[in-house]
Amino acid sequence: MMRTAGQAKKAFVAQLWDDNPVFRQVLGICSSLAVTNLMFNTLLMCLGLIWGTALTSATCSALRNYIPQRVRMIVQVLLASVYVIVVDIVFRARFFDVHQVIGPYVGLIITNCIIMGRAEAFAMKNPVLPSLLDGIGAGLGYSGVLMTVALIREVLGFGTVFGAPLPAREVWWHSWTIMVMPPGAFFVLALIVWAARAHALRRDAARKAKEAKK
Amino acid sequence: MSELSPAHLLTILVSAALTDNILLTRFLGMCSFLAISRQMKASLGLGLAVTFVTTITCGINAAIYAWVLKPLGIESLLLIVFIIVVAAFVQFLEMLVERVSLGLYYALGIFLPLITVNCAVLGAALFMVNRNYGVVESTVFGFGSGFGWMLAIVLMAGIRERLKNAQVPPALEGPGITLIIAGIIALGFVGFSGMVQP
Repeated sequence: MMRTAGQAKKAFVAQLWDDNPVFRQVLGICSSLAVTNLMFNTLLMCLGLIWGTALTSATCSALRNYIPQRVRMIVQVLLASVYVIVVDIVFRARFFDVHQVIGPYVGLIITNCIIMGRAEAFAMKNPVLPSLLDGIGAGLGYSGVLMTVALIREVLGFGTVFGAPLPAREVWWHSWTIMVMPPGAFFVLALIVWAARAHALRRDAARKAKEAKK
Repeated sequence: MSELSPAHLLTILVSAALTDNILLTRFLGMCSFLAISRQMKASLGLGLAVTFVTTITCGINAAIYAWVLKPLGIESLLLIVFIIVVAAFVQFLEMLVERVSLGLYYALGIFLPLITVNCAVLGAALFMVNRNYGVVESTVFGFGSGFGWMLAIVLMAGIRERLKNAQVPPALEGPGITLIIAGIIALGFVGFSGMVQP
């Protein structure tokens, strides 16, 4: 039991930073990058994704001994789509106006590579609890990056944070139209990936130097 | 039937492929785009496969939506139905290609499973519902979207093949530089907007 708990915690933390799915493989940005020009929409998408990834991973893990190898992909997709339908219905009921804008993207959480990736790489081989935490971790790690992109884009594009105008924005703020348009998302994400990778490279180099000294 | 007039369909086609490019303005299908666009040949193969699958599944999905889901009032099941249609069609296509032409199977084989989880395919189907397209319009829209996706990945592959000789900062290699190039291509595609008024 202790081992499982330790393993679960490790899986959770690794997904947040070291193995962050966005930095490592740039996976799963498809479904949400398009809505990152407003933070609130992004937050909803991220919540949907965390929910989907966590529960799909947990369910896949619970069923892992009963899923035939040949059809496992389709089983994973179907499990994911069940959870995403729940998200879709909840959003439509609670946030109707936002759902009008992000509607199609909510459905696309199903094909988000992170869900499939975590289910396939982790949940099919591990017990339920670590898989659940692994899923939540992957979702949170992803959300962190996406929310950063959204923060940069909303501040530069609209001068607001979560729709609330920044102080004295008439004085210093000028709209960057490019941040509202799609290309802005590409550039911001590229810069974040660049920074994260540079950091990772430097850390690896430092670790190697330390080992060489020994 | 103004909905089926050639001019209207052409507008849908051009806007799906150029002004509303599914990859560059909606970021769908990014995963395979970033991974595959390293090689021209693979990009072309995947692009063709995506175009084909998107066209057909959009048509099938539109028909199911209009004639089954809507009359029965079970639109909330649309996600699960669409993904099953896509997955089943891809599986069917894989078997068919294997029977008909082994050469084509080996050329396209590795891409086919990737298509099920390619967001562009499901995305096109969801957007067509969002815009209330009919069956014919949806098929045209699907073709336009798939073609636009292929256009983007082939453009990117061409650029990345040249990029092999360039010196990129080590941390920017791979996805980083690809995203920046994609941003610049997307800026170029913004120039198309205003060409059609959908």
